[in-house]
Amino acid sequence: MQPYSESIREAAKRLLLEKRVDAVIGFRKGTVPFMNEPFLARTPEQADQLVWDGNCAINLANYLPKRTGSVAIAAKGCDSRSIVIHLLENQIRREQLYVLGIPCQGMTDKRKIADRLNGRQVLQAEENGGKVLVSGRDFEQSFERAEFLQQNCAICTHKNPVLYDELLGQPVEEQQIDRYEQTSKIESMLPEQKRLYFDELVQPCIRCYACRNACPACYCPTCFVDESKPQWLGKTTDPTDTLTFHFLRAFHVAGRCTDCGSCERACPVGIKVRLFTMELEKQVKKLYGYEAGMTQDERPPLDAFRSDDPEPFLG
Amino acid sequence: MSDIYYNAKENFAGVIERLMGRYRVYAPVKQDRCHEFAPLRNAEEADLGFSNTRLSPKGLFHPQAERMFEYSLANDDPQAGIVKEAQKDFSPRVVLGVRPCDAKAFDLDDANFNTETIKDPWWVRRRETTTMIGLACDSPCSTCFCTSMGSGPYDTAGLDVLLVDAGEGYAAEVLSEKGKNTLSVTSGWTPVTSAILPLTHKKKAAEQSVGIAFDPAAIAKKQMLELYNSPTWEEVQFACINCGACTFVCPTCWCFDIQDEVCGDKGERLRLWDSCMFPLFTLHGSGHNPRSQKTQRVRQRFMHKLKYYQDKYNSGPACVGCGRCVQACPVNIDIRQVGRQMAAQTCSQPA
Repeated sequence: MQPYSESIREAAKRLLLEKRVDAVIGFRKGTVPFMNEPFLARTPEQADQLVWDGNCAINLANYLPKRTGSVAIAAKGCDSRSIVIHLLENQIRREQLYVLGIPCQGMTDKRKIADRLNGRQVLQAEENGGKVLVSGRDFEQSFERAEFLQQNCAICTHKNPVLYDELLGQPVEEQQIDRYEQTSKIESMLPEQKRLYFDELVQPCIRCYACRNACPACYCPTCFVDESKPQWLGKTTDPTDTLTFHFLRAFHVAGRCTDCGSCERACPVGIKVRLFTMELEKQVKKLYGYEAGMTQDERPPLDAFRSDDPEPFLG
Repeated sequence: MSDIYYNAKENFAGVIERLMGRYRVYAPVKQDRCHEFAPLRNAEEADLGFSNTRLSPKGLFHPQAERMFEYSLANDDPQAGIVKEAQKDFSPRVVLGVRPCDAKAFDLDDANFNTETIKDPWWVRRRETTTMIGLACDSPCSTCFCTSMGSGPYDTAGLDVLLVDAGEGYAAEVLSEKGKNTLSVTSGWTPVTSAILPLTHKKKAAEQSVGIAFDPAAIAKKQMLELYNSPTWEEVQFACINCGACTFVCPTCWCFDIQDEVCGDKGERLRLWDSCMFPLFTLHGSGHNPRSQKTQRVRQRFMHKLKYYQDKYNSGPACVGCGRCVQACPVNIDIRQVGRQMAAQTCSQPA
């Protein structure tokens, strides 16, 4: 991970002193390994707490909708695309924002590392160059960070911010990769197999809605799950209701989801909710040739109509 | 003076089997990369080498969805429209391997579900028919802070029996009549009269290895309004995404919503986990929402757990230091840090 902490602090202090912005949204060091806390710095002294490393996975664009005043925000590739979606959807105005673009080398997946450690508890985790040094009560182990990235980061094709006022580092190389390898496998299952697969996938779901709340695209004042007139689905962990929630949320973010992975990261029971959103991302790309948040000149396909929209279901 | 017995670990599968013969036994079961309390299908499923479960065992007494009542809406049913209590299975259960923090949490929850004037029938009956066999903690996690919250890795509050890992076997401290009766259906226990000194050392070592968080007594002493109006909430609340993960994994969070679900001509009245973190939680029928702002909701959670509960019941905070919220929070809001900030507020002199 490039040494962004220094450049973020410098930029934040400068912008605050110049009164270019009222506040800076970034991260400060967390209290447990592999975690950082989203932080709003209003003064140069507070700006000194800003850090950036491989544990800055939560999409900070989540804190933008309906924000008043001017604000600077640290944004990696996926975050910047979420900001574009917010601009298109009038959740914030461009003049309010000063985007500190961060070319990203991927976020660390603490669960992958935990699996490798097989129950041994991590007390300290430090990044050094391309490695993560992890230590516990009676062990120390070094990992190649590139092998333990979050899944969405491992298949990321837009690591560089698409929108920024200032780029805090050298752009990184983008990769060519089939993002839909896993979804294609699921697509090829028989319907009964698929149903079993999805039932098992969401079985641990406790309907806490952390996935929805961590998502920058989910900002409805009243989410469909909370409507009561009519009520669209039940609130228990009934398997059908639970699947309905996940399917419908995936549809609601179709064409707007930038695969930042915040949903999976936020889930307290570790459900791979991105399997739903990835399928819709694939369909939107296939049908409309559209990738969320790449340009401010095109609206997401599901909130605009064009006469040449594909309509394969019409005879 | 409670009785202490010893049983070899190699006998323990047999102990569990005997328990399963008479009770529905719940124990920590490995599920993917975590453990959860689940009904045992066989003795081998129980994994007492766990640290703690990801979700708290509160679901065993206060399920995520509790069917309270049912009713028929069929036109030709003479009983239509009559709300009846849903039938439940209250046959005796054993919760095996529960950690002292979680056991104490149930005692704290009693303040809500089992009072002089109001008794939740399902909670009370489940508590009555369940034996709590706890397992002392020898390797507390770095996120644990039970000792700061009035509990501890060898605490006996809320338990009928406390098991302690004694190397080749388990020592069992019998703490209640219910615990004694439950253990008596198993075999292989020998009374321990001496040589429990090593266990006292283990207890001390475990207690000392738990991180110190903050002093809840300091918070109890503060003026409530001063804490309520503190400017530090502005900073605490920023990161929060009101996802509710903290409340769902917390063993002392009990808030619920009540809803009817109707399918065809049958209806059920359900009690469902709700969360003060959700904006809808305090939405009035009139449309007014006294906690419409995130700051108010975040403040509410910490004030309830660390201040209001102390003021109301005079028995310590509504937190047992299990650390699950610290692990589950996707934005690393740390209750230990918030508690420290609350405890550090300077008292203003009364006017």
